Amino acid sequence: MRRRLIWACIWGYLGVNFLMFLRFFFPRTLFEPETVFSVGYPSDFSLGVETKFQKQFRIWVVKEPDKLFVIYARCTHLGCTPDWKESENKFKCPCHGSGYTMEGINFEGPAPRPMDRSHVELDATGQIIVDTSRLYVRDPRAGRDEFENPGAFLTV
Amino acid sequence: MPEENGGNKRAGLLEKVQEDAKALKEFFREKGKEELEGLKEPEKTQLFRSIFRVKHDETPRNRALSVLTNVFFHLHPAKINRDAVRYSYTWGMGGITFYLFVVLTFTGVLLMFYYHPTKIQAFRDILYLENDVPFGKLLRNMHRWAAHLMIIAVWLHMFRVFLTGSYKRPREFNWCVGVILMVLTLLLSFTGYLLPDDQLGFWAVTVGTNMARATPLLGHEGPFGAQLGMTPYNDVRFALLGGSIVDANALLRAYIWHCIAIPLIAAIFMGVHFWRVRKDGGISGPSPVMLESEIKEEKGPRPVILRPSGMR
Repeated sequence: MRRRLIWACIWGYLGVNFLMFLRFFFPRTLFEPETVFSVGYPSDFSLGVETKFQKQFRIWVVKEPDKLFVIYARCTHLGCTPDWKESENKFKCPCHGSGYTMEGINFEGPAPRPMDRSHVELDATGQIIVDTSRLYVRDPRAGRDEFENPGAFLTV
Repeated sequence: MPEENGGNKRAGLLEKVQEDAKALKEFFREKGKEELEGLKEPEKTQLFRSIFRVKHDETPRNRALSVLTNVFFHLHPAKINRDAVRYSYTWGMGGITFYLFVVLTFTGVLLMFYYHPTKIQAFRDILYLENDVPFGKLLRNMHRWAAHLMIIAVWLHMFRVFLTGSYKRPREFNWCVGVILMVLTLLLSFTGYLLPDDQLGFWAVTVGTNMARATPLLGHEGPFGAQLGMTPYNDVRFALLGGSIVDANALLRAYIWHCIAIPLIAAIFMGVHFWRVRKDGGISGPSPVMLESEIKEEKGPRPVILRPSGMR
């Protein structure tokens, strides 16, 4: 009985230590770029794809005649950042060759679905606030389409 | 009378002490002589012989002892099948893999003297190693090519073991240890990929860790992941990267896994792997275990088997 108790203590101690060891790998505080930021006024953008925020925030702002939306610049295949090819009017992923239209809709390569869109809204001063932690997904395989949801685009 | 007795005793004692002193003197003189002799021929002293190797007489016993008591000879079995070490049979791939592991450990430790696993420094240190550090380019390329070769050697070793049927009884367990070692080798390769912090490594690790999103149960995009409450901020990918993106934490974690944790785990498994090679009857070929019919006899009282010495 005493032996079993001692062994239970030893295994319990080691078990708790192992759980602490596992928890250790999940940091509480992250020093990663902000996910909520402003990109300026809707009137700052002309029709087409704006790539100047790609390096800092990993987004493209796309303006169409009736609406404006923000594509999160992550290939839906394995997460590389595609390039905007002005002359070919498409996004092209350098890793495995997925191609997307100006709206971020996949049409070639291994990408399984269109690129996700970030949450957009206007603040009190009329500036566009983007939140890349809230993504809208269109996945035909899963029958999921959130591109028409409020917050997925701005009407201009 | 008691006085006289006491006087006798005292005289006897004195004599004895004098005798002892004489003997001691003699002893030290002898000892001193010995040490003087020793200085003339230091290789004959016990002190010398306990530190340095000395030549023994050529007797069969000494020959056997020289093999059994030498750590390097002892790593090899006393007897091996001649066919089991033919290069056309073994390709020597296991040994080459181990040799490459030693090369990688050595060059890797040297590279660690100049490499900082931080976002700003890492790639600069690579350029520094390539262009300015004496023999830095040579070391880095040795590390890189030995890594490539080790992957190739591991696969060829596995292929040879498969072709010669060396995964069969009694070597099943060692095959499994070998598979673990192969996975560890690939993990070493993968974690080393990120360390230069260049575009190639960065995107390779981005792609590689994105696959971890689809891990069943533990990944937020994998089967049952979402149901178990997995998000990009608490799943297995998060634990690997130390964050939700490939950044400074990921670089540091890759470095620690690459330089400390995985080599240590691999070294332990290698120890087991080599020990099992011996235990399972040598590199390959038929094992010296008893026949099936012989094993069955063990049910009754164990018979005493007399064998000529030297036979197992």
